[in-house]
Amino acid sequence: MTYRSMIKFFVPLAVVVAMSFVSACKKKTEDVITIGEYGSMTGTEATFGISTHRGIEMAIEAVNAAGGVKGKKLKLISYDNQGKAEESVTAVTKLITKDNVDVIIGEVASSRSKAAAPVAQRYQVPMISPSSTNPEVTAIGDYIFRVCFIDPFQGSVLAVFATENLKAKTAALLIDKKSDYSVGLADFFTKKFTALGGKIIVEQNYVGGDIDFKAQLTAIKAKNPDVIMVPGYYTEVGLMMKQAKDLGLKAVFIGGDGWDSPKLAEIAGPALNGNYMSNHYTTDDKDPRVQEFIKKYQAKFNEVPDGLAALGYDAALVLVDALNRAPDFSKKSIRDALAQTKSFAGVTGVITMDHNRNASKPAVVVQAQDLVFRFVRKIEP
Amino acid sequence: MMRVGRDVFIITLFTLVLGFVFSDWVGPYEQTILALCGINIILAVSLNLVNGFTGQFSLGHAGFMAVGAYTSAALTTLYISPEYVSGGVISHLVFVVALLVGGVSAGIVGFLVGVPSLRLRGDYLAIVTLGFGEIIRVIILNIEAIGGARGIGGIPGLTNLYWVVGVCIVSTLALHRLLKSIPGQQFMAVRDDETATLAMGLSTTRIKVRSFVFSSFLAGVAGALFAHYYQYLNPSTFTFNYSFQIVAMVVLGGMGSLSGSILSAVGLTVLLEGLRELQTITQLDLRMVLYSLILIVVMLTRPRGLLGRKEIWEYLPVSLRKGVKKSS
Amino acid sequence: MAEFIQHVINGISLGSVYALIAIGYSMVYGILQLINFAHGEVVMLSSVFGFYVAPYFLAHMDPSIGLFLVVLTVAMVGCGIVGFLIERLAYRPLRKAPRINCLITAIGVSLFIQYFTQLDFVFGAIPQSYPELMSREVYFTIAGAEVSNLQVLVLGLSFVLMVALQWIVYRTKLGKAMRAVSENTEVSALLGIPVDRVISFTFILGSVLAAAAGTLVSTMYPKVDALMGTLLGLKAFVAAVLGGIGSIPGAVLGGLVMGMAEEFTVGYLSSSFRDAIAFAILIVVLLVRPSGLLGKSRIEKV
Repeated sequence: MTYRSMIKFFVPLAVVVAMSFVSACKKKTEDVITIGEYGSMTGTEATFGISTHRGIEMAIEAVNAAGGVKGKKLKLISYDNQGKAEESVTAVTKLITKDNVDVIIGEVASSRSKAAAPVAQRYQVPMISPSSTNPEVTAIGDYIFRVCFIDPFQGSVLAVFATENLKAKTAALLIDKKSDYSVGLADFFTKKFTALGGKIIVEQNYVGGDIDFKAQLTAIKAKNPDVIMVPGYYTEVGLMMKQAKDLGLKAVFIGGDGWDSPKLAEIAGPALNGNYMSNHYTTDDKDPRVQEFIKKYQAKFNEVPDGLAALGYDAALVLVDALNRAPDFSKKSIRDALAQTKSFAGVTGVITMDHNRNASKPAVVVQAQDLVFRFVRKIEP
Repeated sequence: MMRVGRDVFIITLFTLVLGFVFSDWVGPYEQTILALCGINIILAVSLNLVNGFTGQFSLGHAGFMAVGAYTSAALTTLYISPEYVSGGVISHLVFVVALLVGGVSAGIVGFLVGVPSLRLRGDYLAIVTLGFGEIIRVIILNIEAIGGARGIGGIPGLTNLYWVVGVCIVSTLALHRLLKSIPGQQFMAVRDDETATLAMGLSTTRIKVRSFVFSSFLAGVAGALFAHYYQYLNPSTFTFNYSFQIVAMVVLGGMGSLSGSILSAVGLTVLLEGLRELQTITQLDLRMVLYSLILIVVMLTRPRGLLGRKEIWEYLPVSLRKGVKKSS
Repeated sequence: MAEFIQHVINGISLGSVYALIAIGYSMVYGILQLINFAHGEVVMLSSVFGFYVAPYFLAHMDPSIGLFLVVLTVAMVGCGIVGFLIERLAYRPLRKAPRINCLITAIGVSLFIQYFTQLDFVFGAIPQSYPELMSREVYFTIAGAEVSNLQVLVLGLSFVLMVALQWIVYRTKLGKAMRAVSENTEVSALLGIPVDRVISFTFILGSVLAAAAGTLVSTMYPKVDALMGTLLGLKAFVAAVLGGIGSIPGAVLGGLVMGMAEEFTVGYLSSSFRDAIAFAILIVVLLVRPSGLLGKSRIEKV
């Protein structure tokens, strides 16, 4: 290689490197509160990161339009982690040490929250996860919070609902083996369901990204369970329901908040009707706060908000509430204020932080009727 | 003997100086990038041994890395009581063992994969190693004891930049020396003309397997470093895309150039981080788009990679080169 | 018994999808000895094209086989152009380069298409639902297991395309040129065969087949996302190798065997290992019979 071609390679490289270091050294202006966000904006789980991001963005815009917090504007810095655990660690390290954020919001997936939370804990920066439901996440340290309920609760909600409302004695499990969310929720469902006298008669797996589930569904059909528990994401569940209908499977599907997306009805079509999911909130809710959120979100993004958008929105607002109560904007004060969050009325319910920094709040179970999920039952923790 | 002493001295010196500079003069964010650079360097040079020097195309390096990462993490997290890994001299001795366990287990898996598949050539070998990489991942996903899909957390953070720099230097130097030795020359003989090597009475399969096992060993060590740096492992890290990124580093730097691999490992790692800024400005995820574009363009304009088969000092003017030679 | 029959039917319908994609791999490999990694991505692009154009036609037509064919044609044209461009821009300059370089470029092209499609202004990273082109109807029932028009369509189309291809390759002048190029590129060029044009044509043909596969896949599984092509492509490639790469009937056979194997693994062994089974098959085939089920073995010349 000639010198010239080496220069051709290294000069742009050096420029990019320099750019990254220089831009990171921008001076922090005093009258803003910076919020760092990390999430999966691209990759197989992009849809979750994007929804959450929209919710957070909307909340922050609303707060800023109303004058900010105690005269200070909020500034959001978001980084993509492509749905990877190790990228989350880098992104959060950068948010904390380069962008000097005051607080962090993220992640959707528990696996990535678990990867990044130790960093936030080490630097004592409060981190709020909008929707990581695995119990271990907030156990990492006293700076880690969440605004959603946890898997053991959701699993038992579904088990209770299946036993009491659907009178189910037998259940089939169809688990996304690649997703910690799916595996975890299935575990907690199984525990509660068997404790209530039910029986798991068949367990099948799939991997997120699959499109053909007929093999699993055929095997499930042969065992004829009362309900099929699918703790997965809408991206696969929609196709599953369609194929189940094609195969003549009569059992009803139940699942968790991973189902929640307007896309589910589009993909599943009429096959969706009659199935149940547990969720953080329901668009049926007559509460003006919820209706206003839905209206604003639809106006902005031309889409019905899913649960993740609502949780992102709530995570940001819980933070704003804490900032308003905190005596000053030091990270310690923000943390303490977050820990004292009490009866905060969010879109996804009334949020109170328990001593494990988990939001304790009810879940709703909704049923699909004419392609829309309608409220069936609310279950308190 | 003299030579060994000098090597140890040089390695220790470099490790201490660089490790000190990196750990104490550099910010934490840059440190995470440096650590990743170091891990990627080990992965790239070790893959270069198979892909560049032995001429066998492997696409499953992330799988071997996963084996090393998971076995070492299982050792330090599940089998050794926390007091031995919470810091101090003992924990670093434990870490040496963990690194070796990671390396050896990856080497064993490399042997098991290599023996049957190295009879294949070219594209077929590439696709079979890709397949094995995925199978390794699926197996890890199905082992509950190491977390399955949930991943394994709470791994002691034993990796620091001293370790990264040290392992990096040792592995690169070992490879460099190996390639100058007779067994190392055999690797290149297989690459340059397999039939002729066979005609010389050498078992090409054995040579290929040797190269593959050594490469897997280093990938396992890199995996162990990775595990104890990020302190959390998830099978989704070790996908085909990671293997591909390592291949890209090897190809970009030049297949058959150790210094090329080092340069491109650092370059691409930093580039990916640098592009994060671009993403913030444009609000679009252009990182992987540009990354793949760079790879295509390099393939089209410099098919042998940036350095080809030569080392970087071979590009220096002769007068300068002498000085480098002497000091190395 | 009903369960078994159902598994067989599922396996055949999944297998025909793999078969359709596998044909494209096989053809390109036969001519260029190149694993065209981007083939799976062309399948995905076909669904993306369909996703964008179908609403225009749906405004004037009801879901029917006619609508399906119209969208299919559009997707075929679009993918044909994409295939042509990929070959022209990325592979042709590498004609003389080592094969490994082509492989790396192919992977690069595949990733580029994946991530470019994920950009917001192109398609975006969020999965979308594919419009309904044909409503599903049950054709007939075997031992309680239903066979739908879509399943018949995908199997039928694979066979029609396979026969058409066999005809092109063995009965036309162009096909003769393709075979000549696959035997020996340099001699073909000396004999006055326009090698570049023949290769371009092969790519266009392969991409048109990918378009057919993509439209069918999305009609059967109405979800479109930027990453859908990768796994499908990889499995189809395994099918092509299994059947004997370079052989078109082999690709179809390989696809069907793959579909069945996956189906029965899930049905009677464990669904956890579904994806691993594809690679396990590949490895076993390559080690035991590298030329695949119907392939010709080639001895490397010294």
